[in-house]
Amino acid sequence: MTRALSWLYLLALYGFILLPVGALVLFSFQDGGLPVPPFQGFSLRWYADILGDRALMRALLHSVLLAFGSSALACALGFLAAWGLARHALPGAALMRAILVMPLAVSTLIVGLGLLIVLTRLGIGLSLWTAGIGHVVINLPLCFAILYASMGDQQRSAERAARDLGAREWQVLLLVAVPMLRPALLAAFFLSVTLSWDEFIIAFLLTRFDVTLPVEIWSLLRSGLSPRLNAVGSLVFLVSALAVVLAEILLLARRRT
Amino acid sequence: MTSRAGGWALVAPALLWTLCFFVLPFAVMAAMSLARLEGRELVWGFDLGNYARLGDPAIARAVLVSLEITLTVTVVSVLLAYPLAAILAFRVPERWRRLALMLAILPFWTSYVVRSYSWLLVLSREGIVNRVLMGIGLTDAPLTLANTRFATVTGFVHFFTMLLTLTIYANLVQLPRNYARAAQDLGASRWQTFRHVILPLTLPGIVTGAFLTFVLCIGDYVTPQILGGNRELALPQVIMLQLGRRADFPLASALSVALMGMVTLAYLLSARWLRLDRL
Repeated sequence: MTRALSWLYLLALYGFILLPVGALVLFSFQDGGLPVPPFQGFSLRWYADILGDRALMRALLHSVLLAFGSSALACALGFLAAWGLARHALPGAALMRAILVMPLAVSTLIVGLGLLIVLTRLGIGLSLWTAGIGHVVINLPLCFAILYASMGDQQRSAERAARDLGAREWQVLLLVAVPMLRPALLAAFFLSVTLSWDEFIIAFLLTRFDVTLPVEIWSLLRSGLSPRLNAVGSLVFLVSALAVVLAEILLLARRRT
Repeated sequence: MTSRAGGWALVAPALLWTLCFFVLPFAVMAAMSLARLEGRELVWGFDLGNYARLGDPAIARAVLVSLEITLTVTVVSVLLAYPLAAILAFRVPERWRRLALMLAILPFWTSYVVRSYSWLLVLSREGIVNRVLMGIGLTDAPLTLANTRFATVTGFVHFFTMLLTLTIYANLVQLPRNYARAAQDLGASRWQTFRHVILPLTLPGIVTGAFLTFVLCIGDYVTPQILGGNRELALPQVIMLQLGRRADFPLASALSVALMGMVTLAYLLSARWLRLDRL
C-alpha cells in the first residue's frame, strides 16, 4: 500500500517537474504558429528560423563569450586564492574565506544594482565587459568553494616533493598543482559556465547594446507564446544541461579515484 | 611554503576583485540609500527618508507580497520535496538512484527566464492546462491562471522543490540505516521513528534548503514579472521600477538594503542548523 503510494507520488512529482520543460522542447518542433496542443506535426522550421535570426545569433555569441570569459577568469582567481589559503597559514584566513564566498548569499539583483550605481557614477559605459565584471563576481565564490574543498593532502605531498626536487614556485603551480586538480578545475569551470549562461538580471542591468541570450529572450517575451521562443529556450536549456552533465561526470570521476 | 608574502600574493587578486566589485559597490549603494533626489539632482547626506518610504502603502504592500509569496513557496516546497527525497533515498533501488535523482532535478539548471516562459506555456489562456480542461469539457471558458500570484508561486515551487530535494536527499543518504532499525527494535512505531529520529537528523538539510529558498525567492525579479504580471508587485519588481521610470537610485538602494536586511534576518534565524559548507 505505502509502496504503491510512493511510486504514485514519485510519478506525480516527475510529471510536475518535467511538464514545463517537456512542453518547451516538444512544441519547439510544432508545425504551426502556436506552441500549445494539439501537436500538429514535427517540423524543424523554428530552429531554422532562429538560426537565421541575426539578433539572436549575436546574442548567442555574446552569451558564449560572457560565459566562457567570466568562468575562465573566475576559475583562475578562485584557484590562486584556494591554493594560497590551503597551503599558507595566513592571519585572517577565516575572514578572507568569508569575504570570498559572500556574494553567493546576496541576490544577483543587488550585485547588479551596486555595480550599476558605481559604473554610472564613474561614467563608464555599459557593455559586455561590465556584465563580465558582474559575472566574475558571482562565479568566483562558486569556483573558490569547489576548488578549496578539493585541495587535499595528497596534492600537498606531491607539491612538497616537487619543491624538494628544486622546482620553483610557478613550476609547482603549473606543473603539479594545476594538473592534479584538473578535474575539479574543469567541474568548477563548467558549473560557472552554466551559471553565467543562464544569468539574466546582471546581464540585463549591465549591458546596453551587446545583450545576451536570456536578455534577448526577455524582450521577445512581450510578443507572447511562440514556437520560436520554444526553440531558443530549448537551445539554452540543452547547453546548460550539457555543461552540468560534464561537471557532474568530472566531479564523480574525481570522487572515485 | 612558509613565505607569507607568497600566500598573500595568491589570495590578493580574488580578494581585490571581490572587494572592488562587490564590497565597494555595496558600500556605495548603502551610502546612496541615505542620499536624496531633488528633481534630477542627487544630494548626498544622511537622510532616512528613503527608508521611511517603506511605510508607503504601495511599497509596504510589495514587502508584504514578497514575504507572503516567499513563505508560501518555502513551506509548500519543503512539503513536496521531503517525500520525494525520501522515496529517492529509500525506495528507489541503488542502481537507479543517481539516474532517478538526475531526472528529478533536470530542469534545475535552466535560466529563470526560460523556466518562467515554459510555465507560461502551461498556464496561459491558450496554454496546456486550459486546452486540456476545455478538451475534456471541464470548463467552457479558459481559466485565468497566468498573471496571478498562483502562477508566480507555481513557478517558484517548481524550482525550489528541486533545490530542496537535493539538499534533503544529500542529508538522508548520509543517515546510517541502523538508527531507524534501532528505534524500531526499541518499540517505536514508523511514525515515532520518523518524528523522533529521522526528522531531527534531517533538519540541517531542510533548514539549509529552506534558507536558500528564502534568499533566492525573495530576491528574484524574473519569475514574478513574467508569471505574476503587474497586478500585484513583489519587492524586486518595485526596485526595478525605480530604475526605469525616475532613475530613483537612492530609493532603489534603500529598498535593496532592506531586502538584504530580510535575508540577514533569515540567516540569523536559521544559522543554528545551517550547513552551507556541506553543499
